[in-house]
Amino acid sequence: MAQIRFRDVRHAYPQPKGQEPVYALNEINLVWEDGGAYALLGPSGCGKTTLLNIISGLLTPSEGEILFDGKEVTHLPTSERQIAQVFQFPVVYDTMTVFDNLAFPLRNRGMDEKLVTERVEQIAEMLDLSTNLKKRASGLTADGKQKISLGRGLVRSNVNAILFDEPLTVIDPHLKWQLRSKLKELHQQVGMTMIYVTHDQIEALTFAEKVVVMYEGTVVQVGTPVELFNHPRHTFVGYFIGSPGMNILPCTIDAGQPVFCRSPLTIPKRIKGDLQGKLEVGIRPEFVEFADDGIPVSIEKVEDLGRYQVLTLTHESEIIKMVMTEDQTIPSENPRIQFDPHHTKVYCDDWVVEEAVNE
Amino acid sequence: MSIELRNITFRVGAEPHIYETSLTLEPGGFNILLGTTLSGKTTLMRLMAGLEKPTTGEIWASGKNVTRLPVQQRSVAMVYQSFINYPSFSVYDNIASPLKVAGLNKQEIDEKVHRFADLLKLTPMLHRLPRELSGGQQQRTALARALVKGAELVLLDEPLANLDYKLREELRDELPKLFADTGATVVYATTEPLEALMLGGNTATLKEGRVVQFGKTSAIYRKPATMESAEVFSDPPINSAAISKRGDQAVLGKVASWRVPEQFAALPDGEYKIGLRPHHLLLSGQGVEVNGTVQIAEISGSESIIRIRVNGNVWVSQTQGIHAFEYGEKVRIYFDASHCMYFGTDDQLIDL
Repeated sequence: MAQIRFRDVRHAYPQPKGQEPVYALNEINLVWEDGGAYALLGPSGCGKTTLLNIISGLLTPSEGEILFDGKEVTHLPTSERQIAQVFQFPVVYDTMTVFDNLAFPLRNRGMDEKLVTERVEQIAEMLDLSTNLKKRASGLTADGKQKISLGRGLVRSNVNAILFDEPLTVIDPHLKWQLRSKLKELHQQVGMTMIYVTHDQIEALTFAEKVVVMYEGTVVQVGTPVELFNHPRHTFVGYFIGSPGMNILPCTIDAGQPVFCRSPLTIPKRIKGDLQGKLEVGIRPEFVEFADDGIPVSIEKVEDLGRYQVLTLTHESEIIKMVMTEDQTIPSENPRIQFDPHHTKVYCDDWVVEEAVNE
Repeated sequence: MSIELRNITFRVGAEPHIYETSLTLEPGGFNILLGTTLSGKTTLMRLMAGLEKPTTGEIWASGKNVTRLPVQQRSVAMVYQSFINYPSFSVYDNIASPLKVAGLNKQEIDEKVHRFADLLKLTPMLHRLPRELSGGQQQRTALARALVKGAELVLLDEPLANLDYKLREELRDELPKLFADTGATVVYATTEPLEALMLGGNTATLKEGRVVQFGKTSAIYRKPATMESAEVFSDPPINSAAISKRGDQAVLGKVASWRVPEQFAALPDGEYKIGLRPHHLLLSGQGVEVNGTVQIAEISGSESIIRIRVNGNVWVSQTQGIHAFEYGEKVRIYFDASHCMYFGTDDQLIDL
């Protein structure tokens, strides 16, 4: 097991001669602590897979260094990095039994058969596969097969990290639940570094202790699920985490306070200095509430999502989303809203204005 | 068009895929088939489209028996989970293809392609090839092709499953609006309860080749007719437990007891079941108190999802705020008895 460090890593895929390089990864300095449960979250094409391939050694970055426990491995091939990988689609030898599938990575490395049995049985137990060990893998359901893939990733105890590339995409939501809990439980039991790549915020937030959010080749924030929810550093984090995402509304600054469509907003600390660039306020739908003396809005739509309701509001030409619990009532006339000052953020060119943050 | 399944069954060889089902879909409605993989969603759609013939029973469309009518003669469009486009055609030609087959003139085709490209935000990409598009754009192209035909019945088989989370959120919002204008009857298959609620309309819950219940989406969520329907329509899974009823008391093992509503109290004493949604099981508050042992706590942004072992069952509490727990920690949980759904041992809802 190891701490994994990215030092000034950048990567550009080859371009035709004479063209400027286009970076799929912008400068990344990042430490993955030994034994951590990480999620790498972002939309398709944001550079997640590129980053993962750099860790596993399938790709050598065009600039920068990768260190495992302080030792440089930038040019080390995959086979010498001791990384286990689980992919989106189950990779299973159909003709082998479940036992032989799980034993494969160990036998491949010439492990003593007695130790193989011991280890396979232990992993099978953790994944509730014990009763299936003698069955042929081909007879299993999709989630059963993916469990074997997970098991094969977990079976080697000497790996530096396990990388999961969207491992639950093909699994039904009902089972996703169980496998996600299982993975988390396994992480607590084995304490290996796990990096879980996904575009699904729910998977990322429920699995990880720390989430690395990527957007257009840049790591825009690394934080706990709570930090990402309460203090998005970039408008993309606000938008991408949370459903519906954060309201991002145009604003101006007057006397250190944001002003939205001529309505002054309260924030805990005044903004110092003169901000140059695109100015916006961010407020999560969860922190918008009805108030007698607030900003007048019209209610365009109310969606009943069972345990909560999502309201679509407009003020002038701006759209504001708001979340209410199932038992809250909607004012019948002249609805007005206000934003919770402690959760109102100011963004300048998409990055949070730190002065406005009051922890 | 209206679609009516009259006592249909579908077998492959001796194996039943769809058990006897009757279902009526109103013209212009948005209908959801909600169920896990292999519950029969795709098979039902293929039957509605005419791609399969029912083993027994009849299918009627707008008052006409279409059971034996081949798919080419029906006004149907279908969109699949994996985006299917012609790889060598531009987006424009992909959208235009069904219109060319139908023999429309150039001007009509051009007008329609632009209208639907505009609706699906594809106008800037009309001259690109599918492989030069993102997944979301490819699926929008497939949707545009299905829409442009003006089919009276549109079947969407998990159309958003392969898309990014946020794109799904956007398209879910747009889809019902898109179809509302066309007047088409839409059938939409999904495995996700929240998706069904977001889309609204009517929902049929499916389990193992049977339609368990059909009705207004929010009504089915609030009043599932059976435990199966409640299970299909709950993610995280609904909490259930066996209880015994004695007089006006519900007794949950040695763990808890509470007073039941009057109409239920009037029923005979004996064994029953309860269903309780995860967001109604809380870590603080009032009402019925239950002790349990934490199995795992997951934290997602503003809420926590905690699996708790209670009296031999594993329950899930979905609760606001951040609550960290260690494995094996003892907790006390609470629920308001009025949030309990009661079922008979036959799993039928006791309608109170």
